[in-house]
Amino acid sequence: MDLEKFKVHGEPLIYGAMISIALATIGILVGLTYFKKWGYLWREWLTTVDHKKIGVMYILAALLMLFRGGVDAIMMRLQTAAPEMKFLDAQHYNEVFTTHGLIMILFMAMPFIIGLMNVIVPLQIGARDVAFPRLNAVSFWLFFFGAMLLNISFVIGGSPDAGWSAYFPLASLEFSPTVGNNYYSLALQISGIGTLITGVNFIVTILKMRAPGMKLMKMPMFTWSVLITNVIIVFAFPVLTVALALMMFDRLFGSQFFTMANGGMDMLWANLFWVWGHPEVYIVILPAFGIYSEIIATFSKKNLYGYTSMVFSMLIISLLSFLVWAHHFYTMGQGAMVNSFFSITTMAIAVPTGVKIFNWLFTLRKGRITFTTPMLYTLAFIPIFTIGGVTGVMLAMASADYQYHNTMFLVAHFHYVLIPGAVFAVIAGFHYWFPKVFGFRLNERLGKHSFWWIVISFNVTFFPLFFLGLMGMTRRMYTYSEESGFGPLNMLSFVGAVGLAIGFVLLVYNIYWSTRYMPRDTTSDPWDGRTLEWATHSPMPVYNFAIVPKVQTRDAFWSAKQDNMPLFEDKITKIHMPSNTGKPFILGVIFFFLGFFLVFSMWIPAIVAGVGVLIMLAAMSFDRDHGYYISVDEVMATEKKLMRGETV
Amino acid sequence: MKIDASKPLEYSTEENSNKIFGFWVFLGAEIPLFATLFTVYFVMVDRFASGPSGSELFEIGPVLIETFLLLTSSFTIGLAVHAMRLGYKKAMMVFMALTLLMGLGFIGIEIDEFFTYVHEGATLQTSGFLSSLFVLLGTHGAHVSFGFLWGTAIMIQVWRQGINPATANKAFIFSLFWHFLDVVWIFIFSFVYLKGLM
Repeated sequence: MDLEKFKVHGEPLIYGAMISIALATIGILVGLTYFKKWGYLWREWLTTVDHKKIGVMYILAALLMLFRGGVDAIMMRLQTAAPEMKFLDAQHYNEVFTTHGLIMILFMAMPFIIGLMNVIVPLQIGARDVAFPRLNAVSFWLFFFGAMLLNISFVIGGSPDAGWSAYFPLASLEFSPTVGNNYYSLALQISGIGTLITGVNFIVTILKMRAPGMKLMKMPMFTWSVLITNVIIVFAFPVLTVALALMMFDRLFGSQFFTMANGGMDMLWANLFWVWGHPEVYIVILPAFGIYSEIIATFSKKNLYGYTSMVFSMLIISLLSFLVWAHHFYTMGQGAMVNSFFSITTMAIAVPTGVKIFNWLFTLRKGRITFTTPMLYTLAFIPIFTIGGVTGVMLAMASADYQYHNTMFLVAHFHYVLIPGAVFAVIAGFHYWFPKVFGFRLNERLGKHSFWWIVISFNVTFFPLFFLGLMGMTRRMYTYSEESGFGPLNMLSFVGAVGLAIGFVLLVYNIYWSTRYMPRDTTSDPWDGRTLEWATHSPMPVYNFAIVPKVQTRDAFWSAKQDNMPLFEDKITKIHMPSNTGKPFILGVIFFFLGFFLVFSMWIPAIVAGVGVLIMLAAMSFDRDHGYYISVDEVMATEKKLMRGETV
Repeated sequence: MKIDASKPLEYSTEENSNKIFGFWVFLGAEIPLFATLFTVYFVMVDRFASGPSGSELFEIGPVLIETFLLLTSSFTIGLAVHAMRLGYKKAMMVFMALTLLMGLGFIGIEIDEFFTYVHEGATLQTSGFLSSLFVLLGTHGAHVSFGFLWGTAIMIQVWRQGINPATANKAFIFSLFWHFLDVVWIFIFSFVYLKGLM
């Protein structure tokens, strides 16, 4: 076999990465063995079907990916910090901006949100688990191993280098002959299947497993946003599945979908990619809106203003998200009529989004506001996201877009939307729900420090890019000349990027510090919360609620506290729980190898792995384990312990 | 597990009815999947470069047999579910076996068709039209093949465990899947073959 194609040559940075990956892996293996944690890891985490633990694993993986994508970001900003930089070569720069985009959207923002919804949604609707706990584990492991597959690309064979949108013919075998885009099609495919399964799982969970009395219009706003998001996932992800499959056929089997000869059509890729890609933006943004709604209501001590209009604006946004995809390629010659249509639908999205912004502001009005860390992120989100939205409308005008198309203006715009819209939201949600999962708060002082670092540095990093764009600096340009005059603003942007990195390091330090020193929370309700997740213990027992709550109003827990409306009236009965299984993890591992063998066109091992997948599916079908019951006595004992503030 | 005797066996527990609803949602995702494949095919249908066009390739004979087999198998899986509800395990097994055999026949003819095309020089690599044709037919065929394996696994379980809430649920969900493949085939038959032959 030709081992040469596995090698990535000539970059001291990549050799450094190889060595650090090897050292980290050895370190983890030795550590696990030394502390005898293999059994614990397998029993408690790798085989778990508990939605809370799966959620925590999603968030951990997302944080890891945040740093991987962040290192890419720093490298890019450093490379462009001064004219004629020699830090990265053109190929390496291409790979870095491609993986930065892919990782941040698909392996950071989305899993972070899916992690939060895994932890919180069943609790918010008073359920004991998601509808299909084992499938949930399958989803996670497919996502995880898809992410790992993409991540090994830069040390084995080379990363994708045609941009995160992988436009053809650039991404074709002819113009991108390394295995990078094979990794693209397979890693995204594997994790995408996982996401689709999550979509199905959560739609069923939310529609079928709500606590008695919780009508649709009494659901917490985060749950609403998750429901709508998952409907988008179910409709949008199959398009990606097809697009990636066609890409794989083109690259591995020489089919003619996106070629420029033999009847192929490169624009087909752009259309398919963005028919999925634009709704994807809202898959990341809508749950963020849900998180902000919860936080604003909680920390203003008020009901959310305009609940119904919030729901309807999300529904309208989700519909419009499918009607705007061609605004991503106005300048590719589709004619005035088509551009006008997409221009109008795109600008129309600003209307329901504006409704939401005003609703948040009206919720704040006359509220008793407490400036906690999650609330600070929320308050920072509103103006920054509005700048992103307004520049979005600027880009939405097709005629004007000819001016800023493919410049740094665009880069600034979508970072101004996605960072406050998704990253601030998941960090806010992380701070907000952290005590629910672990039983103690993150340190507020450290939290605020990292908040200011992140928010100020964010603006320092991305605001200059608007001007650079208007000055004519195109994106994805790996270097530029002194005479262009792009130097100073790029340097400023690099300084901001370093500040952002400091902010995120502080965030992680906060997790470490708080784990060691923060006092344990004995109330289970540290923020004086409104929704059902605060009505159970923190950290919650495996069965979530000893008694299934009865819901009468929106913000049921708040009513329970304010108006003495009882939530838990039934007696404790025995509780049915699903048992752990290692099969989803093994399935993920096999998928990883299947993807790897396909990337390198190693057909016989790939067929063996494909058969392995079928065998695992059969094994899951034949599995007759129907879970177990927790007896009443056991539930009582656990509840007593939790009441005393012990952990179980 | 609480069993609600007023409902058919496949719906009788909460888990069961959730699974059926979940499968409908999954079929909801299969619709955009096939819709995208059809769209790709319609975009590509006239882009046959130097290769053959549909009217030069398609033959109505084998396609009619495929259609007959698949539509009949959709009927027999319905009979299997009916037998299941009446509690006739043997009849259920027979009808499922018939369904799967017809599925196998369908796959056999499709493979033969693919070999004929390739033999005539019409391969996946020839033109945009043929790439999209092979992938659309192939995706449907892969679903049928997967269905064959899945159905076999369920038959083994019914044979071993009898008709109970778990196996009835699986068999019913499988029948939904099988009917769905039939619907997709009707579109393929009409808009790929008949339209292509015109």
